[in-house]
Amino acid sequence: MTPIRASIAGAIASLILILVVVELVRGRRLKERYALLWLATGVVLLVLSIWRGGLNTIAGWLGVTSYPPAVLFAVATLFIFLVLLHYSTVISRLTDENVDLAQRIALLEERLSRERPPPREG
Amino acid sequence: MRQDVVAIVPAWNEAAAIGGVVDEILAFDPTIHVVVVDDASDDETASVAQRHGATVLPLLFNVGIGGAVQTGFRYARDEGYEIAVRLDGDGQHDASELGKLIGPVRAGEADLVIGSRFVDPGGTYRPPFARRMGIRVFARLVSLLGGQKVTDTTSGFSAMNRAGIELFALEYPHDYPEVEATLVALRSGLRLTQVQVEMRERQTGTSSITFVRSLYYIVKVMLALLVASLRRYPKLEAARR
Repeated sequence: MTPIRASIAGAIASLILILVVVELVRGRRLKERYALLWLATGVVLLVLSIWRGGLNTIAGWLGVTSYPPAVLFAVATLFIFLVLLHYSTVISRLTDENVDLAQRIALLEERLSRERPPPREG
Repeated sequence: MRQDVVAIVPAWNEAAAIGGVVDEILAFDPTIHVVVVDDASDDETASVAQRHGATVLPLLFNVGIGGAVQTGFRYARDEGYEIAVRLDGDGQHDASELGKLIGPVRAGEADLVIGSRFVDPGGTYRPPFARRMGIRVFARLVSLLGGQKVTDTTSGFSAMNRAGIELFALEYPHDYPEVEATLVALRSGLRLTQVQVEMRERQTGTSSITFVRSLYYIVKVMLALLVASLRRYPKLEAARR
């Protein structure tokens, strides 16, 4: 059975995560679409911390008999992988969009200089 | 002769060499429109190129060789050029050999002509062992995946028609692009021909492929080739004439 202290610590940590994410979204420092995975992480960890029987059952399915809170670490790690992978796709998209923008600006700048030649010095 | 050939020259901090490159292209054929893509150089690359008669496409920040070259392809597509040639900005490609590259494109025999250092086994280019092996492995792999024998996949010296321009304006890999671009061209159904060319030793600057980066280069290109062979590319039958 999960020690009661481990459950309490897990619940407090997930609550802090949820509160920090909500506060960042409220202050517009984090966009909702990027907050969703973090909120899901917090909620799942909170549920597994409070619902001690559930955690034990899942640990049983996974064959983790000696120390059920290890499942909390496993779930947290899984979610962190998901968040990081998601960010990698976001960075890739941003990179492509950035290059596309630089290319368009280069083409537009050249066209502009043809139509309106820059003033010559001297 | 109407002006329907554009020369795309990507350049990053090549102020010392770019003037000569532009002059050489114009000496080969003064009707070619030379476009230098300035990949956010810190030196005078853009103004030198402009003084020598090139059109300059100024990139806002450094996007790397592939993104720079693609800017040129987009320009060629948007401005309606029939033929594009691509030369490096460091002067290693000899513009007097452009005729060999443009010929098969002009004659309608090929959509893409690549200047290869290894078509003719008697060629004089003898790279160091490691690089020679790398070039050979990439060539084998691209030949296998693309279904046509290619001998030099790392060469950026090339000429293409409208079908090639339109393909590369849409799909061009961003870093270390040449190997992957060759495969993309083959898988899109472009007719590819190679002609023997000589390349000069670099006159200024250093190769973008340093010893440290070569491992990343090899792994990245291998991955890109495998992924490229799993992707679908637009078939370009309709674009041919």
